[in-house]
Order: sequence, then structure tokens, then C-alpha cells
Amino acid sequence: MMESHRQRAIVSDQSRPLLKRYARLQYDPVRSAWALLSPEKVFWPDEVSLDILKLCDGRHTVLQIVAELAGQYDAAGEDIAPDVEEFLQEWSDRFLVTL
Amino acid sequence: MSDTLLPPIGMLAELTHRCPLQCVYCSNPLELLKADKELSTDAWLALFEEAADLGVLQIHLSGGEPTLRPDLEQFVSCLSRRGVYTNLITAGVGIAEGRLERLRDAGLDHLQLSIQGAHAPTTEKIGNHRGAQEKKLEVARKVVELGLPLTINAPIHRHNIEEVPAFIDLALSLGAQRLEIANVQYAGWALLNRNALMPDREAVERQVEIVEEAQWRLQGILAIDFVAPDYFAIYPKPCMGGWARDAFMVAPDGKVLPCHAAGTIPTLHFERFGEASLTDIWAHSEAFNAFRGDDWMLEPCRSCDRKEIDWGGCRCQAMAIAGNAAATDPACIKSPLHSRMASLIGEANAIPSSNAEDFRYRRIGRA
Ligand code: SF4
Ligand code: SF4
Repeated sequence: MMESHRQRAIVSDQSRPLLKRYARLQYDPVRSAWALLSPEKVFWPDEVSLDILKLCDGRHTVLQIVAELAGQYDAAGEDIAPDVEEFLQEWSDRFLVTL
Repeated sequence: MSDTLLPPIGMLAELTHRCPLQCVYCSNPLELLKADKELSTDAWLALFEEAADLGVLQIHLSGGEPTLRPDLEQFVSCLSRRGVYTNLITAGVGIAEGRLERLRDAGLDHLQLSIQGAHAPTTEKIGNHRGAQEKKLEVARKVVELGLPLTINAPIHRHNIEEVPAFIDLALSLGAQRLEIANVQYAGWALLNRNALMPDREAVERQVEIVEEAQWRLQGILAIDFVAPDYFAIYPKPCMGGWARDAFMVAPDGKVLPCHAAGTIPTLHFERFGEASLTDIWAHSEAFNAFRGDDWMLEPCRSCDRKEIDWGGCRCQAMAIAGNAAATDPACIKSPLHSRMASLIGEANAIPSSNAEDFRYRRIGRA
């Protein structure tokens, strides 16, 4: 009963992912690397993850993110879409991204 | 040390040992410091600035009860200005009206609230504080209302292990993001009260099942972190992620330690911030270098393929149970003393539950 207003968000190509307010992506000058700061952990996203996370601004849809990345990486949208969606689902399940 | 030394990522700041609660499982040392031993506002601010320079990205503001420091807002805004992630670890009792708003406005990133029981009488009994539960729930609601992310921390032992399902319901109803089902680590006051706190094996097994089922059912709804009970484990935890590897802690008087129980290792000497800089302590303190990396390891750890996974476990537990801080953590099945863990469980479980209520409450001035 208490769970009724809390449901797992599922990614779709129309989701507009947004990095949570309490998850902070920032450049760390000490280590010369991008860090994602979250309540329990510091993540060190690799280049691809970083490119996805930077587009999690609540304005881009997943479809647009895929198109944007396809352009950047010179790849076919349908090839990268599953990976992008899987990534976003995982980050949503970790409460770091709102879908 | 073969590897190059990396800067620390995390720091636990025990701002004070004062606390309105007297939890029997408290991890603070038995020798609690009085208010007059605490670092001044300026000293903490200087320490935080240096921590940020050194590369610390995340600071847990803890205690005792950190909100007893009236300068907490100043600390949070200093850290927030430096881009350091702040996590306030509070018991949620005695927080004045308007304080949480001010902390949020100062830039607080996250709040972790400890709740000793899912039911009010348990919380009152464990923390020895009447009316604690209502205050905690009020704090939880306020935190969510302010839009701050909330983690509920539930320290688990024999007196509340059956409340795990109720803790899950409570965390959901409060709108928490995360719930930590954290089986008590037997250090500090918890070690003193070990016989009164140790659960039995069946209860631990039931708990594991309940938590695993809930983790699966609530995926994407509530994150449930499980801190397994050491005494029932096969392998130890990578305590602090490895001694002096990427985190450290500072006691209320400015003593800098690799972990909160490190003071129980009598051969180590710890410097105080002010006598030496954080940077110096991190790189050169003998205590920090004593168990860094794997050069110090004895067998079976030395030739074990898990040594970079758990770093030989907890040095303080090795000290407490094996009598040697460099020994393999007896929580490990490969430790020659592993069976000692089972006998300690047996010893505790043999005590009739009426006597198990013989708590030694955490108080400044005597264990
Ligand atoms: S564990 Fe209890 S007594 Fe210890 S600091 Fe936390 S709230 Fe206070
Ligand atoms: S022997 Fe040492 S390194 Fe290997 S698992 Fe046990 S504690 Fe870890």
C-alpha cells in the first residue's frame, strides 16, 4: 500500500533523463578527471559514460541523446541505443538519474 | 610501499563525542572526549580547507551528534564552496527548528539519519532516550520536505533483527532513497556490549533472505544496502576500503586516524591536526603506513588472491580477537582463529535473553 506512489521508473526513448540534484558531476583538478559525487560513493565515469551523463540535463530525450552520441562517435543510432538505455536504467535504479 | 600514494577521497569528521543518545552499539571509543577537548571552529575550517586541497571529495560530518556543534552550517558552506560533497550523519534528536533549512541553504548534499528501532520502544531502549522516535520521524519528514536526499541507517543486532521488515516499510513510508541494514560492527561500545547484542544464526539467516527479497522487489524504488555481520561471515570486509588507502577519519580533538577504531591498537601513535598537516599525516604518519598496501601482511593473507579485495580485513578486529593487529582478520575462514568467532557467538547466545538486557550505555566519563 505504501508502495503505490513509489514505482520503479522504466526508461523509454521519450524519457528526459536528468542528473539528480544531489549527484554532482564535477571536474577534479587534483586527479585531472571527472568525478560523479553521490551520497555514498564517488564514481569515475569513463569517456562514454561521461558523454551520456553530460546530456542528462532534463531537456534531451533519450532519442536525442542517442542521436547526439551517434554523431559524436560516428556510429549507427540503433547500435548504441540499447547500451545507452541500459546505462540510463541502471543509473535510474541507483537513484542518480531521474527518467 | 610499492605503489605510488594516491590522495584520499573520503573523510569522516567526528565533530564531537557529545550526543543526547547513549546507544549501546555506538562505535565511538570508550574514552569519550569532553567538549573542552574539541577543535575550535577555525581549526575545523582550516582542516576542511586542507582536506579539499589534498583531494578529499566527500566528507561525512558525524559524531557523537554533529548538530550539537553550532558552527556546523559554517563547515557545510565552507565545504560546499570547495566542491566537497557533504553528508550529515545524525541521530535526529535535539535539532532546533530552522536548523535543517539553514543546513540545506548552506549547501548540504545528503543526510543520513540513524534509527535504532522500527518501533518506538526499541529506539528508546537502545538509545536510552525517551521520545526519541517521534523526533527522528519528524526530522525524516522535514528532510524529505526540504528536498534533501535521505538515507535511513538501521544498526542491527539481537534486539531489533526481527524488525528488519518493519524498517523497510518505515523507510518506504518516509520517502527515503536508501536504507542501510547495517549489522553492528563490534568495536567501541558495541564490543563492550557484544554479549548483549549478538544475534543468533537463524535470525541472521532469516534477515539475509528478507533483505535479498526486498532488494529485488524494490529495485528502483528503495536502495537497500546490507552490511553483513562479520562474525557470521566467511570473508572479512575491506575495512575502510583498505587501511589508509582512500579514506581517513578525524576525532573531535583533531587526531587523525585511518579508521574510527584505530585507537585500540596500542602500538600506534596518531598525530593531531595542527601538530602536523593533513598532507604530512596522510603521506608520512607511521600509523598510516603501518598497514598500507600489503607489505605488512602475514600468511595466509600474504599469498592470498583476495588480498587486494579485502586487504586482510579489519586491523582493529585482528587486534581485538587475535591480539595482533597484523594478523588475518579472524572473520576470514582462512584465519587459524576463525572458529573463535563461532565460539564468541555461542558464548553470547548462551546468555538468557533477560540478562542480555544488561546494557552498558554509552556515557562520557566511563564505560
Ligand atoms: S550511535 Fe547513538 S550514541 Fe553513538 S553517536 Fe550515534 S546516536 Fe549517539
Ligand atoms: S586470507 Fe587475508 S586476504 Fe585472504 S581472504 Fe582472508 S583476510 Fe582476505
